[in-house]
Amino acid sequence: MTTRPRLLLFALLLLALLSLLLSLTSGTVSTGWRDLLDVSRGDADAVLAQVILELRWPRSAAAFTTGGLLALAGALMQVLLRNPLADPYVLGVSGGAASGALLALLFGLGGLWLQGAAFSGALLSMLLVFGLSHGSGSWTTSRLLLTGVVIASGWGAVIGFLLALSPEQGLRNMVFWLMGDLSYAGLPASGFVILLVGLLAATAMGRSLNILVHGDLTAGALGIAVQPLRRLVYLLASLLTATAVTLAGSIGFVGLIVPHMLRLLGVHDHRLLLPAAVLLGGSLLLIADTLARTLLAPRQLPVGILTAMIGVPLFLLLLHHGRTLHGLDSR
Amino acid sequence: MTLLETQDLEVVIGSTTVCHGLDLAIRAGERWGILGCNGAGKTTLLLTLAGLRPPQSGRIALQQKALSALPRRQIAQLVGILFQEQTDVFPANVLDTVLTGRHPWLGPLQWESDADREKARSALQAVGLADIEQRLVTTLSGGERRRLGIATLLVQDPRLLLLDEPTNHLDVHHQIRTLQLLSGLAADDNRGLLLVMHDLNLAARYCNHFLLLFGDGETTQGSAAAVLTRANLERLYQHPLLPLQGPQGQVWIPQ
Repeated sequence: MTTRPRLLLFALLLLALLSLLLSLTSGTVSTGWRDLLDVSRGDADAVLAQVILELRWPRSAAAFTTGGLLALAGALMQVLLRNPLADPYVLGVSGGAASGALLALLFGLGGLWLQGAAFSGALLSMLLVFGLSHGSGSWTTSRLLLTGVVIASGWGAVIGFLLALSPEQGLRNMVFWLMGDLSYAGLPASGFVILLVGLLAATAMGRSLNILVHGDLTAGALGIAVQPLRRLVYLLASLLTATAVTLAGSIGFVGLIVPHMLRLLGVHDHRLLLPAAVLLGGSLLLIADTLARTLLAPRQLPVGILTAMIGVPLFLLLLHHGRTLHGLDSR
Repeated sequence: MTLLETQDLEVVIGSTTVCHGLDLAIRAGERWGILGCNGAGKTTLLLTLAGLRPPQSGRIALQQKALSALPRRQIAQLVGILFQEQTDVFPANVLDTVLTGRHPWLGPLQWESDADREKARSALQAVGLADIEQRLVTTLSGGERRRLGIATLLVQDPRLLLLDEPTNHLDVHHQIRTLQLLSGLAADDNRGLLLVMHDLNLAARYCNHFLLLFGDGETTQGSAAAVLTRANLERLYQHPLLPLQGPQGQVWIPQ
């Protein structure tokens, strides 16, 4: 690694720490970094300590983890589909995970069952998108996006159906969660472990992923066992998406924006792109969630609304200009 | 040494039988040309020989080892292939793209070394792209992209090189330069070459063995002198051809 990549990772690490600091010190009870120090030493007053340790810290950790999971899942799906517009939300993978999770909730299942149901939903979506948009040997942007949009709206109907069956008192929470909401997120221990293991595994495959974006035939010719690698990445992307959805509902566009921003910065090597995406995705969602809970305080917004406000215009811009700017395959 | 050997090979794509009962042996230092009309299955045969597509039946061996039993990485150390077209979806710079050729030689977690970068730069030099190593591949012209593909193949350093229309998109100067570079690899370095060519006269000038695919499963093979006859070529292209004596040997003019 040369100096510039190291510098980038260092800058992103700094950004992550700063956004964590911002998130921990912002809120109705305003606190400064001195209070954080006091809390960490254990000599702050009890209310303040409770606000920071039991309210803000779990939520901030969940926001960072979710952002990292989504950015990593997005980057991996873009490799699999050879398309910079791929994103778990746009392609309906988040919708599949959300439907699975809602179904589990409806049957009163939680914990591992919930996670498993979300994973199955995500995997089913991936199978559908891959199976249906894989035309005569190549993925075309329009076919891919159409398939994704149709599958996403299909999941929308499933979700509507499940909501109609749900008891009324939980509806508001469910709707918020579906838009992407971190209000009820607890400390994401298992989510963080999955993010870390997923990142290590994906970065270890980084050089192969660099070649896989040149196409299956080229990858095969350069000595990559393409099918096993694809299957692994495919499972990994589904797992990451499902974990993000069980943590915070379906938050859109993080998986799309983050890898794209990094590519614009000239980062193309996945051994660097993937860890950088996790740091940047985590920081972005952390900042977005801080805004979501402070902009209209004491009212809280679902963070998914904020990411969509940034993501939708960017997506449209990409779709419109991307072909010439970034070599989008648009046949 | 025999680099690649097929026994009783049958390759079928769609309703076209590419070859039937093909016994082919490519030895080190030989330069083979594959000729055939459009849709005869030249590309399909090349993919099959590279192990990227299973044959209908028959055996393929690389240096006496069954192709189907070799791991992909080992195949990539023995055989390299240049595809007819290369599409780039994500931008990457020229140097990083050439370096992908080192993939079969690196361990799973290993990074490219300075020696690898050295190899990549000299390959870029050989195809005349040394001064654009930082350009994005998505900004290259068709001919530059073609030469980048050939440089990547040089960096991959295989014993047998399969090239699907290597002179595609190249101007006359670069056609000759590229074919000279490639035939040099066979002559000086004892590598095997297998070129799919559409330009009959360039093929005749740079290949010393030929495989003709007639499009119905029938094939003819052998030395240039034995195979490149007027009767064979007119049957192959279904077009009358006129042989003329040129300064570099015989050339064929379509009538």
